[in-house]
Amino acid sequence: MTPAFITTAPPTAPHAITANSVSTVMLTVAAALLPATLYGFWLYGWPSIFLWLITVLAALFGEALCLKLAGRQALPALFDGSALLTGWLLAISLPPWSPWWIGLLGGLFATILAKQVFGGLGYNLFNPAMVARVFLLISFPVQMTIWIAPLPITAATAPGFHDGLLILLHGIPKLDAVASASLLGFAKTELSRGIDLVHSLVAATAPANAFSGVRAGSLGETATILIAGGGLALLFLRIISWHIPVAMLVGIALPATIANSIDPARYLDATSHLLSGGAMLGAFFIATDYVTSPNTKAGQLVFGAGCGFLTYVIRTWGGYPEGVAFAVLLMNALTPVIDRYIRPRILGRNWRGAPLDPATQKVKS
Amino acid sequence: MNYRQIMKDGLWDQNVVFSQMLGMCPTMAVTTSGTNGLGMGLATMAVLICSNMIIAAIRDFVSPQVRIPVYIVLIATLVTIVDMSLNAWMHDLYRVLGLFIALIVVNCAVLGRAEAFASRNSVIASALDGLGMGLGFTIALTLIGLIRELIGAGTLFSQASLLLGPNFAFLETTVLPNYGGVLMMILPPAGFLVLGLLLAAKRLYERHAARTAETVSQPAATPAVGCH
Repeated sequence: MTPAFITTAPPTAPHAITANSVSTVMLTVAAALLPATLYGFWLYGWPSIFLWLITVLAALFGEALCLKLAGRQALPALFDGSALLTGWLLAISLPPWSPWWIGLLGGLFATILAKQVFGGLGYNLFNPAMVARVFLLISFPVQMTIWIAPLPITAATAPGFHDGLLILLHGIPKLDAVASASLLGFAKTELSRGIDLVHSLVAATAPANAFSGVRAGSLGETATILIAGGGLALLFLRIISWHIPVAMLVGIALPATIANSIDPARYLDATSHLLSGGAMLGAFFIATDYVTSPNTKAGQLVFGAGCGFLTYVIRTWGGYPEGVAFAVLLMNALTPVIDRYIRPRILGRNWRGAPLDPATQKVKS
Repeated sequence: MNYRQIMKDGLWDQNVVFSQMLGMCPTMAVTTSGTNGLGMGLATMAVLICSNMIIAAIRDFVSPQVRIPVYIVLIATLVTIVDMSLNAWMHDLYRVLGLFIALIVVNCAVLGRAEAFASRNSVIASALDGLGMGLGFTIALTLIGLIRELIGAGTLFSQASLLLGPNFAFLETTVLPNYGGVLMMILPPAGFLVLGLLLAAKRLYERHAARTAETVSQPAATPAVGCH
């Protein structure tokens, strides 16, 4: 680097200036979600588009309302993209044909009660989208577990624009014709009926379907390959680092492999776990939220591994078939503790903060 | 001591739940419906009035060194009486509230009033303080319970006849028929949510009232400026 490279004198010690701002980061993440979302729109048709729209608008409205009440300028904070992203992440984690009020309540809950009540962007303890999703799941267990089989928008039987609106407003007609079970839910139900996985999964969708995404699920869990692709793009652009996603996926895969090798009839294999539910979305887009994850790289590894392991535990032994949202929230609560115990080493001191002798790099006695 | 101020303190200015933030355990745990909140509030009020009166009556005989054990024994006795009475005469309500009735013993509000008020005021003033604080507590619990019940199940005062007798069955209303319900409002997190939002509403109202009072007392001054 030549001295001429520095055009303006830094205010203090040399700082590297980044072009990233909050809105750049948020909009890049949104762009990374776009392929998977568009593909989901194609798979689930007009009802899912309306649901996405209403959730995002509700999240933006909740944010604007709170900023107005707090006497802050609404527009700059509204257009930083964080509320848009919160609504977006929530929308693609919902059952795609949910009624309108699910999206409305979820969007408002996410930005008002999970984010602005704590002070807005940067102050929230928990991931707002996941708080809203857990709120919806606990409050409306019936509506939140109706998964429909994909019905591409170009198919003859798919609901058109008008029918899509009706589904959003009045619910799904002839539910049995379209309802389906996600792989995790299916495995759990069959196990509880006493049918082991070796037999039940023969008829079920193989994990290979997960790549093309033609299977029941939310917008953000069907097309695993597009979600993972978006996540890799974020990694490449250095919006996120590899620590949380890798640790989380290993945290799911490791216990799954061990348990599956012990008893394949009782425990799903690691591939199914990684490609099902919100594992990919959670690892790349949700657990990596800057605000609610630890600051140090080592801390992020602990955080990610915890998210993954808890997800596996909840999926396998918990009451719900899917556990990513619960796992992320639990680890969010642990983030301050992780940050307290895992701190970066200061130059010239050891991990405990004791000063080192410059000559020997040993602690001065 | 101004009796009117004592009542006002209990109901609003020093409200046990909304200002002193005492007795949070019953506030969170039993306010799943209006009836439960009302029952718990009334039971606490009965204990509070009696304990305040007795402690005010014996305040000159109890030395400061032993006052806490004495208060606790007195309150525990009263709570046991309420507990057994409820078990005998309102058994259905007791099955809902049972665990928490015994815990009135350690409700900070009861011991707090004994320490802060009854131990240094006359019997009549203490009884009034018990009534005011108890009423304030009852109103707060009932309000939280009603909000949670309305959003959570779409009813108001369900099973009120268990608590108040068949004559009060008219209180039981179903506001929203065919309502699916919001399960979370009946679960513990909603206790915190509703309490927090009510606290915010009370602060907002008090700030607004203070600002209005300021404007009225100084008409020449510039009107209160908004937050913008």
